[in-house]
Amino acid sequence: MKYVDEFRDGEVARTLAAKIARAADTGRSYSFMEFCGGHTHAISRYGVTDLLPANVRMIHGPGCPVCVLPIGRIDLAIKLALERGVILCSYGDTLRIPASEGLSLLKAKARGADIRMVYSAADALTIAQQNPQREVVFFAIGFETTTPPTALVIKQAEALRVTNFSVLCNHVLTPSAIITILESPEVRALGTVPLDGFVGPAHVSTVIGSRPYEFFAEEYRKPVVIAGFEPLDVMQAILMLVNQVNEGRTEVENEFTRAVTRDGNQKAQTLVSEMFDLRSSFEWRGLGEVPYSALRIRARYRLFDAEHRFELAYRTVPDNKACECGAILRGVKKPTDCKLFATVCTPENPMGSCMVSSEGACAAHYSYGRFKDIKVVAA
Amino acid sequence: MSEVKKGYIRPLDFKHGRIDMSHGSGGRAMAQLIDELFLRAFDNEWLRQLNDQACFAVTTGRMVMATDAHVVSPLFFPGGDIGCLSVHGTINDVAMAGARPLYLSASFVIEEGFPLADLRRIVDSMALASQEARVPIITGDTKVVEQGKGDGVFITTTSVGVVPEGVNISGERARPGDRIIVSGTIGDHGMAIMSQRENLRFDTEIVSDTAALHGLVAAMVMAVPDIHVLRDPTRGGVATTLNEIARQAGVGMMLDEAAIPVNSQVAAACEFLGLDPLYVANEGKLIAVCAPGDAERLLEVMRAHPLGIRAAVIGEVHEDPHHFVQMKTGFGGRRIVDWLSGEQLPRIC
Repeated sequence: MKYVDEFRDGEVARTLAAKIARAADTGRSYSFMEFCGGHTHAISRYGVTDLLPANVRMIHGPGCPVCVLPIGRIDLAIKLALERGVILCSYGDTLRIPASEGLSLLKAKARGADIRMVYSAADALTIAQQNPQREVVFFAIGFETTTPPTALVIKQAEALRVTNFSVLCNHVLTPSAIITILESPEVRALGTVPLDGFVGPAHVSTVIGSRPYEFFAEEYRKPVVIAGFEPLDVMQAILMLVNQVNEGRTEVENEFTRAVTRDGNQKAQTLVSEMFDLRSSFEWRGLGEVPYSALRIRARYRLFDAEHRFELAYRTVPDNKACECGAILRGVKKPTDCKLFATVCTPENPMGSCMVSSEGACAAHYSYGRFKDIKVVAA
Repeated sequence: MSEVKKGYIRPLDFKHGRIDMSHGSGGRAMAQLIDELFLRAFDNEWLRQLNDQACFAVTTGRMVMATDAHVVSPLFFPGGDIGCLSVHGTINDVAMAGARPLYLSASFVIEEGFPLADLRRIVDSMALASQEARVPIITGDTKVVEQGKGDGVFITTTSVGVVPEGVNISGERARPGDRIIVSGTIGDHGMAIMSQRENLRFDTEIVSDTAALHGLVAAMVMAVPDIHVLRDPTRGGVATTLNEIARQAGVGMMLDEAAIPVNSQVAAACEFLGLDPLYVANEGKLIAVCAPGDAERLLEVMRAHPLGIRAAVIGEVHEDPHHFVQMKTGFGGRRIVDWLSGEQLPRIC
């Protein structure tokens, strides 16, 4: 696979690892948060942490769209499918998210709900066209990466006069989540979470550009290095972060120049702002209510807004009391600090959202890194 | 001369005809379907006897028996169809005991409305696979279910075989130090199927690897009778199979990612769907575990067989009370290759 394998080359990785080890000051430690689930996945799957010196620690951030989706929103989707008889179309990895009453979309499907896994928003529209007598709802989730396709599909639905199609919009915004973490008492005041910098989002940044991060690099004095989702991208970004910390710089640097510009994809941004406006507040699993952190469909496109169309009322549902997803998402705790981890909460039977997607901190650690918690025999 | 007219039965319309409930009712229509389709295709001395069961002599020694239900969607895919798959799959299950498969049975659950043309295509494919493998289908059954209560056709096959003297292949025999060998590229079948799924379709030249492996196995046990474990990594892929063996034998494993053969198109398709080829199904590959001293000889005979040309040692068995299957990544790190949780679902980011 040309153009991909180059970014996974073990030889280059070793050279980079040596550079990081040389650059890292043994007299101090470095804690960096990779915001995105894509980075978490790459780090776990390729074993990136094995190549880092002991004093460089990676904290898995909340950038997994599946993980931050609160139970109440999934309940809405399940309700639509089970009680209102709609065809609910959803991306694959939302199907197993645990919701209220022991349900998930997958379990609702087993109870007779018509839930279909789609690979794109456009597929959902096609299903609506093929089933004109049924209501079809696209369960839209994700950060800035998946928002433009949702906007586009609504415009298409309008242009094609597809009247049985609507979107349950759960799109959320990256910068507000990062600010929430930086503003959290643990990080800001108490200093219990040492956070020396961020590996900035890859795909999200192709859309929004690197400019939005400049504010918190400056305001919160934290360096940000935007990095691609390949393991070498992550290693390079870590080296750049170590150098920034050593030199006392707090800048936004871009390791992912092959895809990210300062201004991002303006066409996509225009499309998104035409279609959506800001919700004054939105609940995030693990972070709670976060002001101005999510999008809703503008009144002009209200016909395609499932919340309006089906008069849905949102109800907050608290997580399992022992679940530490919130603290884990904020970087305050590690998966192994949670009592539920690997006992009652496993990928087969996730209690908290971090265990659902392989991008979630808990699932990534469970599936790829569990051996590190015990003494390993041989190698 | 009898006055009774010889009954005329209009032959089945294999061009436009469809299965209806009468084909499963036990009456004339069913008898006709069996005559004109199944008997014609599978023809052999046991079926010709027209009994409800097949009668055959048993050999001395140990016998094995395996059964497998096939419910693949789509029914026809690049490189095969449910017909040949249902023959290969069960033959392989028998072969993974090191055994020589002798006979097959086949049971069909067909959905009302299923086109006879498709059914004939499937049955012909089964017949060909069974002839090529020299394992006859000697008894069978047909049921028809109402429309909406099946997915076209489900085929369950059962096979019996004999284990050669001195061969003792079983999952719990993996020992620390043993080598783990895979017979070729992984993930081909699963990705061939995926490329044809209605909501996914992508253009690719990936074809299913569906094949009967008993010939390869015969060559292997001939050369190395003391193979410890054989298993075909079907559903759940190589990762799941290795975890099963690790648990069964109470051992751990360390794989070397760089040594695992993956066809570049399969790797590319997995990449853009966010799937891991280690968890993707195979239908014509096997995993062998053998003593370190036997590995080279085994590899040699495997590579000399058309179904084992790309065979490779992909890892080693070691002691591990946690029974983890781990992997040295090509990148230089280490990770667990865990049991698959639920279905492998594409990631969105």
